[in-house]
Amino acid sequence: MSGLNLEHVTKQFGTFTAVNDVSLSVPDGTFVCLLGPSGCGKTTLMRMIAGLDLPTGGAIRLGGADITQVPTHKRDLGMVFQSLALFPHLTVGENIAYSLRIRGVAKDVQKARVDELLAMIHLPGFADRSVNKLSGGQRQRVAIARALAISPKLFLLDEPLSALDAKLREAMQVELRQLQQRLGITTIVVTHDQREAMTMADTVVVMNKGEIRQAAAPVDIYRRPADSFVADFIGQTNLLPVEADSAGRARVLGQAVEGLMLSAGATKGVLSVRPEDVQLTAPGNGAISGIVTFIRDLGGAIETFVEAGGQQIIAVSSPRSRPEVSVGQQVGIRLDPMTSVVLAK
Amino acid sequence: MRREPPQRLVDYGPLVFPAGMLTVFFVVPFATMIAVSFFQRQQGGFYTPAFVFDNYARFLSLFFGKVLGFSLFLAIAVAVACVVVGIPFTYLLSRSKRNVQIVWLVALLSILSLSEVMIGFAWSTLFSRTAGITNLLVWLGLMEQALALTPSFTAVMTAMTYQAFPYTILVLYPALVRLDPTLTEAARTLGASPVKAFFTVVVPVLRNTILATLIMVFIFALGSYLLPQLLGRPQHWTLSVLITDQAIYQSNMPFAAAMAVFLVLVSLALVGLAFYAGRQKEAK
Repeated sequence: MSGLNLEHVTKQFGTFTAVNDVSLSVPDGTFVCLLGPSGCGKTTLMRMIAGLDLPTGGAIRLGGADITQVPTHKRDLGMVFQSLALFPHLTVGENIAYSLRIRGVAKDVQKARVDELLAMIHLPGFADRSVNKLSGGQRQRVAIARALAISPKLFLLDEPLSALDAKLREAMQVELRQLQQRLGITTIVVTHDQREAMTMADTVVVMNKGEIRQAAAPVDIYRRPADSFVADFIGQTNLLPVEADSAGRARVLGQAVEGLMLSAGATKGVLSVRPEDVQLTAPGNGAISGIVTFIRDLGGAIETFVEAGGQQIIAVSSPRSRPEVSVGQQVGIRLDPMTSVVLAK
Repeated sequence: MRREPPQRLVDYGPLVFPAGMLTVFFVVPFATMIAVSFFQRQQGGFYTPAFVFDNYARFLSLFFGKVLGFSLFLAIAVAVACVVVGIPFTYLLSRSKRNVQIVWLVALLSILSLSEVMIGFAWSTLFSRTAGITNLLVWLGLMEQALALTPSFTAVMTAMTYQAFPYTILVLYPALVRLDPTLTEAARTLGASPVKAFFTVVVPVLRNTILATLIMVFIFALGSYLLPQLLGRPQHWTLSVLITDQAIYQSNMPFAAAMAVFLVLVSLALVGLAFYAGRQKEAK
């Protein structure tokens, strides 16, 4: 059994359960994002993988070997901390070479590796600079290079981009993903930013209250969320109550939607419809009717807020298909059963 | 808010009080001492104004050279002992629970309320043959019979380290509390054992704090004159003991002043050297 395997991992702090019975299999060379709101246990889970915290139950296997009780410094991993934790008393080159120096690697080999890594992170010739004089993005790259110096089996990043401004963050996400694909290294990133997770990951693991709610490819997470928490947490969504009428048809806000099915036996559920899947039409003719309450024109996208049956529904359209509506106007809403997902309550 | 440099004489007003205090209680006495160190001693026990180097010349002997050497050695040894014990202690303290920290800090700071005399007699009792800690070791079966551990160099060192320890903690504690705990965690993920992480990350990051602590304890220990007399043999007496002896018992003020001035100069030189060494390393 290769790759990283978590088996029923549990972590309790006193009576509080931070991570509850988490099992996850990460094949070699994949990029996994642990995604969730703050306090969901994602950082604790990563710290246990790193060995900085020990689980109170379950096992962690790396490449088939049980590493649950192996101390951090013998796990041969690379980790980037949220604070980056660059050593302020060392230069850029000394920071990157730290793990090699600890392992007693020859000086000239260290130097060659540092130069190689500096070239990789596009900071050639920075070896003798002080880490205190680098910009945020440069510090970020140095932290990544330092973690990768020994070519670890496992690359862990804890909220690595949270200190950067929005533009730089987007650029670093792409760069990090390309770097991971080039090196083929098993990578786990903790983040609360769903855009970041969608950009980089092969597998997104959505966590809440210490448990995994869904682990799947980004598109699947977005298109087929497992429950209303995942649907709401990943991107924007409209959550609408849906119920089955006596004829067995699904009704949303009192209007039957053709082709929509509830799971067998269920009479109630929640319908998740992405704003870009909400179609605005003329009222009547089988459409849900509502009133436009607000229009937000963001340039790249237009959000139309519609109130229907006491629910607020958001529809997003591109400027090319700008809906011909104005605030206060009566409109019809059509839901496509293909793009709507019925979730258990 | 922009700070403007003082424009008129009145702007310097707030400085008058501290400057006055400094002049009256530091500059004037020190200047007097320098002046006295050049005075001529009268056999009757007093001195007359003069400008002679006799006092300094008398000082340039093997005996006083040895005493000076021992004083500096003792002060450096106490400073090193305080830092070597203090850093791991404060490191662990800063990572323990809040209420544990408070209990330790209050206990340590209460040592400051003890006078040097009390510390000296307490340790001389603890190190004595009749009532000392060796009786405890005999009772535990670890020793054959009780011993007197004083007077000895170890006794002097122990008591002086004990006395300077709260100051050491006071300087080290804020720096260690502020130290980012992820630095050691990062070192561990990079393959350093906790002990190695401590020596390759914590100690170098705290280099300036450690240097400041060493200098502070060094100067503090240099002025100690009671503990070497209470707990040491005559060869463990420091220059401060001799200064007290000359000034009070021998009534030789000029010679005591000369020794004091010399001690100040030597310690200033050593502190300067330490700063210079620190600066050099930083510039590297």
